[in-house]
Amino acid sequence: MKTDEKAAQDKKVRLENRFSANRGHISVNQVLISYGENSDRNVAVEETSVEIKPQEFVCLLGPSGCGKSTLLNAIAGFVQPTQGRVSIDDILVDGPGPDRGMVFQQYSLLPWKTIFENIALGPRLSNDIEASKTAENFLDMVGLAKYRNHYPAELSGGMQQRVGIARALATYPSVLLMDEPFGALDAQTRLVMQESLLNVWSKFGTTVVFVTHDVDEAVFLADRVLIMSASPGRVVADLRNPLPRPRSQNMSTRDDFNELKQQCLGIIREESMRTFELQNE
Amino acid sequence: MNSVTETFDNNSASELAGMHNAFPKISNNELLAIRLVRFKQWLRQEKSTAFLTSSMSVAVMFLAWILVTETGLANPLFLPGPVAVFNAFISAATEGYQGSTLLEHVATSLYRILSGFGLACLLGIPLGISMGMSKRVHAIFNPFIEFYRPLPPLGLYTLLVMWLGIGEESKLALLFLAGLPGIIIATIQAVRDINPTYVRAARSLGATRMQLIREVYLPGAGPTILTGMRISLGFVYTVLVAAEIVAATAGIGWMIWDAAKFLLSDIVIMGLIVLGITGILLDLVMRLIGRALMPWTGRSHS
Repeated sequence: MKTDEKAAQDKKVRLENRFSANRGHISVNQVLISYGENSDRNVAVEETSVEIKPQEFVCLLGPSGCGKSTLLNAIAGFVQPTQGRVSIDDILVDGPGPDRGMVFQQYSLLPWKTIFENIALGPRLSNDIEASKTAENFLDMVGLAKYRNHYPAELSGGMQQRVGIARALATYPSVLLMDEPFGALDAQTRLVMQESLLNVWSKFGTTVVFVTHDVDEAVFLADRVLIMSASPGRVVADLRNPLPRPRSQNMSTRDDFNELKQQCLGIIREESMRTFELQNE
Repeated sequence: MNSVTETFDNNSASELAGMHNAFPKISNNELLAIRLVRFKQWLRQEKSTAFLTSSMSVAVMFLAWILVTETGLANPLFLPGPVAVFNAFISAATEGYQGSTLLEHVATSLYRILSGFGLACLLGIPLGISMGMSKRVHAIFNPFIEFYRPLPPLGLYTLLVMWLGIGEESKLALLFLAGLPGIIIATIQAVRDINPTYVRAARSLGATRMQLIREVYLPGAGPTILTGMRISLGFVYTVLVAAEIVAATAGIGWMIWDAAKFLLSDIVIMGLIVLGITGILLDLVMRLIGRALMPWTGRSHS
């Protein structure tokens, strides 16, 4: 009974924290995530600890199957860690919630709701008394006011993801979790989307955890790049990005951009060789 | 759909709208020519070809019917011609058959079908949704549904008559039981086929279990549930005549059965045609309701 009350209280505090300035401190504390039992046991994420400061933009970079999405899902509350704990602003994560906005890879807008209804869903569910107005504002922010009554299937992939970002932000989350959100877009659209994301982020200053396997994307977006490696999935490098803000795509010719990119590629190559040798043993 | 731009400003769409004025006016002759070309294009389209082919095959069937009846190839006692059937329709519609007009027979049958089928939807859809969402609920109800689903409805009818008598209750119960399993099974499948990302998205926006049902499961399963309902309605139709054989005094099924006893084959054939047409109309109504309730289906620009 006591723990239920405590959990309810914690949840309330967390939701209120969303509106305070210094919000969105993510603490991943000795988290281990595994599936199956005994001989079938499969470790997706080896014991990992990460501290992400409020308003930091962190990219989780790594090859597919390295557990980066699993770690993100643990922060989102979709996956319960087998060991350790994830907390946000010192409150334990025990399930998904509107304090952590989530942007998925693709096809996550509800096809039966219009663009406007999709964005208004979060505010409506969290009893925002001005849900319509909030949705209207976010629709404007991503420049899609004209498409408010369209259904998602009528929009291009890039536009759908813009709606996805607006929907995730409309509950004013303290943390924005993005799972390869631009992975399915073509290269040109992707570049535009990256700049727009940074633009939106600079207005909100939420903490962002962005999962990607694209080195250029990670270096362009992040304050910090966490490189993950497979078998077992774990963080192998934690690199600070010296690139100044605001950023623009023409920075990709700068020396410090290339330096960080080469460093990332080097680590990834080294790690792939190691796992390749492991598999051949 | 307009061509869509990937950038955050949407100037090109408004430019397109403005271009409309740039076109010169079209003369009447040109309009006629355009219409002719459009008509030819329409003829060439697959959909219209299919429609024409279907119309022709129906026309050929009618011709064959006229041919075998007019030449005396078929005994009019068993196969009356279209004219006789049409006359039977007129007389049943105006003077009635066995005390009720055709409209009353149709209305009685429709009332039975829609009540039985409506009850089946009312129970089947919520049950199907909870069975699709929860493995435990599924495990509780599944054995009964799997057992009674393949049973012939007429076998059940004997028991229903013993329990509920030969009145209206047993008829409605039979139609209800005939419609139920199809709806439940379609709904379970529909719920299970929902993209799990939709559920995750709604949960991350703070949806509770009840909100998930309203915002995700019900609309997400809607199109498949509708298909299940249409198939089930067809099944309800198939047991209608059987339900009306026992102790009825009105209804299309009863009319067919009663006319058959007196070898009134024109009434029988007329009844079957009316039954067929009402079935097509009901299906059409369901599709229209479905489109009104689920406007997002069939609206994609890709």
